[in-house]
Amino acid sequence: MKSRSLILFLILSFLAVGLFLTDLAWGSIHISLSEIIDVFFRKSGDGINSEILLNFRLPKAITAVLAGASLSVAGLMMQTLFRNSLADPYILGVSSGASLGVALVMMAATFLPVAFVSSGWALIVAAIIGASVVLILVVGVSFKVHNAVSLLIVGLMFGTIAGSLVSVLQNFSNPDAIKLFVMWTFGSLSAVTWTYMTVLFPVVLIGLGMAFSLQKRLDGLLLGENYARGLGISIQQTRFLIVIATGLLAGGITAFTGPIAFVGVAIPHIARGLFKVSSHKVLLPATILCGASLLLICDIITQIPTYTLPINTVSALFGAPIIIWIILKRR
Amino acid sequence: MSILTTQNLSIGYSKKGRTDIIQSRLNLQLRAGELVCLIGPNGSGKSTLLRTLAGLQKPMLGKTFIDEREIIRLKQQEKALLIALVLTERLEIENATVYNLVSLGRHPHSNWWGNITDEEDAVIREAIEMVHLGHKIHQNINELSDGERQRAMIAKALAQDTPIIMLDEPTAHLDLPNRVEIMLLLHRLAHKTGKAILLSTHELDLALQAADRIWLMSADTGVECGVPEDLVFNGSFNRAFESKSYFFNASNGNFSMNYPMTKKVWVSGDKTRMYWTFRALARAGYAVVQDADVHILVTESGWLLNDKNITTVEEFLFELECIFADH
Repeated sequence: MKSRSLILFLILSFLAVGLFLTDLAWGSIHISLSEIIDVFFRKSGDGINSEILLNFRLPKAITAVLAGASLSVAGLMMQTLFRNSLADPYILGVSSGASLGVALVMMAATFLPVAFVSSGWALIVAAIIGASVVLILVVGVSFKVHNAVSLLIVGLMFGTIAGSLVSVLQNFSNPDAIKLFVMWTFGSLSAVTWTYMTVLFPVVLIGLGMAFSLQKRLDGLLLGENYARGLGISIQQTRFLIVIATGLLAGGITAFTGPIAFVGVAIPHIARGLFKVSSHKVLLPATILCGASLLLICDIITQIPTYTLPINTVSALFGAPIIIWIILKRR
Repeated sequence: MSILTTQNLSIGYSKKGRTDIIQSRLNLQLRAGELVCLIGPNGSGKSTLLRTLAGLQKPMLGKTFIDEREIIRLKQQEKALLIALVLTERLEIENATVYNLVSLGRHPHSNWWGNITDEEDAVIREAIEMVHLGHKIHQNINELSDGERQRAMIAKALAQDTPIIMLDEPTAHLDLPNRVEIMLLLHRLAHKTGKAILLSTHELDLALQAADRIWLMSADTGVECGVPEDLVFNGSFNRAFESKSYFFNASNGNFSMNYPMTKKVWVSGDKTRMYWTFRALARAGYAVVQDADVHILVTESGWLLNDKNITTVEEFLFELECIFADH
């Protein structure tokens, strides 16, 4: 049992590193592996290529790793908390909240200074505020509602309300603003520059740290809330911490990259299917590796055609068949 | 030695400021090394009492003490070291083996990272052996039968290593052999490990045989505690399960149906066949009365009715019908 996990971890780690390097080399301009080594270790190489590598492809690849890991871990925690294999962070309304924030800034922000709106930070701040507001509402409700499934429904309803408000905004906006917003919903890994990375990286690190510190309680939650209580787990506190960690991970990523669908729901299933374990001690690092690898693959695919495809579309193309497979396998 | 005691405990629910008290002024004692069965009609508050004693639900009034400590003042973590639970919820955990499931019972004891040390491993394996699941230790719990699954849940409770185990209807959804086995297992565990085991059940006859003590609940008369036989002798069972359509039969510990019995017959003869003869007669509506006009003699191989030798119940009921039709 243990050796199986160890071998899988080794294979996945090599795969992730390989995909990371491929992602750096791949693109409309071909950069060979030796050139990559040159740029990183000898601080030399062609000026344009090193510019592309260091300031475009490297942050994009790191973002892919962070986004894949964060969304998958958030999904794993949601699935355990709700004991529902179709739960994911977006179900709690994280992406809808972020969308609402972004939509407000893009389409209704005549009262904001133009310099702020046109800078990238406006969208990020708006998305984080939007996601946080929805999450705070959900956490508030979680103290009143004692049943996880009801909380799931409340999260869905908050998401629906936010989605409707976005539609209302779109109805009254000019076409340019709508196009800008639709572009944001496509998701983009390349939007994260080094400046943004100094914020995103610590947020993700804190979120992942919280997830790992909760792993023992997450195992207990597999038994359901009553049994977990019988094992001495404080349900309210644990639920609160899980929602906060999910907010940091999924909210943070969504703010910087736009929504990336299906990763959160699909990756935990892939990890469970590969490792055949239920313990979060193994599942957490497993989902991180699988999530990072999958988003790197998605990012490589988006670079194949002459026009780059939106990451949200590619991840959905991967994720949706996996969900169908899960449902068929369950029968 | 009593390990859990209640003082004037009232149980029930409060919803929107309205309190609904199901049972009040309960003074109960749970002793170490005893199997106690909680029985009573639906709605008498078995689950509510169990949940209140386990601290999952607040009492309406009164207190529950475990070893002089009031349960409501204990932290969740401290409660987990005193009471282990087996509930009615069915678990669906992907990829979990029996060993994984039982190891979750060590949760209150293990360090924050939840590592399984050699000592923990020994406790887990011992718990699995105690419920006779050693051969299925690495089997996925979704592949277990209902009886094995329930035994795995009991092993989880054992691994939690608490002085008290509470089980909510552990024999529900099981077939008769498994019900008997679970009851025997719990009886044996209580005596062997010195734990106090409290369970709620609808299996009256099994509870009467396996329980060291019975807590008999009914909506009207509250909770009566005692050794099973004492409760039978003093008529408590009959009072608790009073109904027009059936009665508690003290001679066999089962419920018997109340048939309308208008026709009278007198039966005498072989003892072993008598019981089944009574049952057949009751169902067909005959009251057995001393010195009635119609006399049935039960022989070793059949019945003697009106000087006629009869070998099957069907024939003899038909014969009786003819006699009463003539009257």
